[in-house]
Amino acid sequence: MIEDGSILNELLIKRLNYLIYVVLLLIGLHAMIAKRNLIKKLIGMAIFQTAIILFYVSIAVKEEATVPIYKAEHDPHGEHAKTKETAADYGDKYQPVALSDEEVRGYANPLPHVLMLTAIVVGVATLGLALALCQRIFQGYGTIEEDELLTKLERADARASLSPVRKTSPEKSSPEEKKRVRKLSKSKELAKEAPRTRSQSVKRKTSRQSGNRKNESKEIGNSPASKPDKTRKKIVSKSTQTGKKDRGGERKET
Amino acid sequence: MKLISMIPVAAVGGLLLFAAKDFPEWGAVDSPASQSPVSSHFISHTGVDTEVPNMVTAVLADYRGFDTMFETVVVFIAGVAVLAILRGSGRRGSQKREFEVDAEPDLIVTNTVRLIVPVIQIFAFYVLAHGHVSPGGGFQGGVAMGASFILVALAWDLEVALERFSISRCMVVASLGIVIYGGIGFLSMILGGEFLDYAELEKVLPVSREMARYHAMLGVEIGVGFTVSAIMFALYANLSSEGRLKGGL
Repeated sequence: MIEDGSILNELLIKRLNYLIYVVLLLIGLHAMIAKRNLIKKLIGMAIFQTAIILFYVSIAVKEEATVPIYKAEHDPHGEHAKTKETAADYGDKYQPVALSDEEVRGYANPLPHVLMLTAIVVGVATLGLALALCQRIFQGYGTIEEDELLTKLERADARASLSPVRKTSPEKSSPEEKKRVRKLSKSKELAKEAPRTRSQSVKRKTSRQSGNRKNESKEIGNSPASKPDKTRKKIVSKSTQTGKKDRGGERKET
Repeated sequence: MKLISMIPVAAVGGLLLFAAKDFPEWGAVDSPASQSPVSSHFISHTGVDTEVPNMVTAVLADYRGFDTMFETVVVFIAGVAVLAILRGSGRRGSQKREFEVDAEPDLIVTNTVRLIVPVIQIFAFYVLAHGHVSPGGGFQGGVAMGASFILVALAWDLEVALERFSISRCMVVASLGIVIYGGIGFLSMILGGEFLDYAELEKVLPVSREMARYHAMLGVEIGVGFTVSAIMFALYANLSSEGRLKGGL
């Protein structure tokens, strides 16, 4: 069944690394598409990334090759390096020599390792960024489930359309009203910034200001206009229903 | 939803497996990636060009120095972005969340950490400085260094760790790392070479052109280590406390 040339032989013996990488990649892809929880989506993304790293590293493998660090006989500072004892053998002409093709074959390919080395660390940093965004969404909406987020967004939109700020229909909103909304949001931003700068200089006072800030945060949490626009857009664009999309467009206009 | 998602997943999987049969076999010596003149040049000429035994470090910090510099900048920007997102977010303040408890740091845990943290930090320095000769370098050493501070934050609480490595100090150290990296690049430019052409540093270092590259790589790795360790700890401190920077996990 797994004799030479059969598909199973190709997949399970000669190219097992590709099979593993495809399986890992699909697990990640499925998690990113099907899971509703944003953290689970991120886990899927991390698994996806691991699959790519495995792919690159497995490409670097050569049979009978060692790690891409010079063996003692090729090391510029190794046992053949110029020391007091060996200086006479080499003379003053000693220099490291370029490896022959035969010797090159004895070392694994360093380039994929380098690429993945940086990719891993950058992956960790960007994963941290994504987690921070998730925390912010959780602070704003109290959930990181995508469907719950959508219903909450809808409710917030409905509230916004009933609010006295926008009595007219959004398509006909006059420029004065737009100005007013902008002013409101600006003043809110200013109010938010003022205590923040103070708290940076005086660390210990945070407990005194906490009550103040709590009220603020409530205000921010309830008013849909002050939500970070990007996360909103992202979430709305993920919804497949066109109605929600239209509403997202409206929000962008106001 | 789950069934629908299986369709693109199966399609992608089928395509990838179909393509896999044209890929080189596991461990093939004559695979295109290994046969490429770039890889072969890195293996054969690293010793001649830089005298660094570890090819990965040489490629990372010298041949692809520009790439690594901006990877470091990406790490830095990610850390700054996390700070910006979580700073001033709703839940800051002294009020406790429901799952937080008042507990004294455990005696056994704290004493073990007290013993182990210096070892971790020395190991981090070793990994960073020995990256030319053995597996290691700025990224790995930096992560180990950041982990030692995270361990302190886990054993006691975040305030204890932040007393030793505050967020503002984190940011200073992180930007200092990038300044070191870019500074070495600009220094070699001022000395008459191209940006990040370390060989020109022979004019200020009492060594040959090859050894100038060797030592400049160490400087660059130290810069990377600074940035990575500071950002790793800043990420942990912000994410574990939702940006409040207080309390244990």
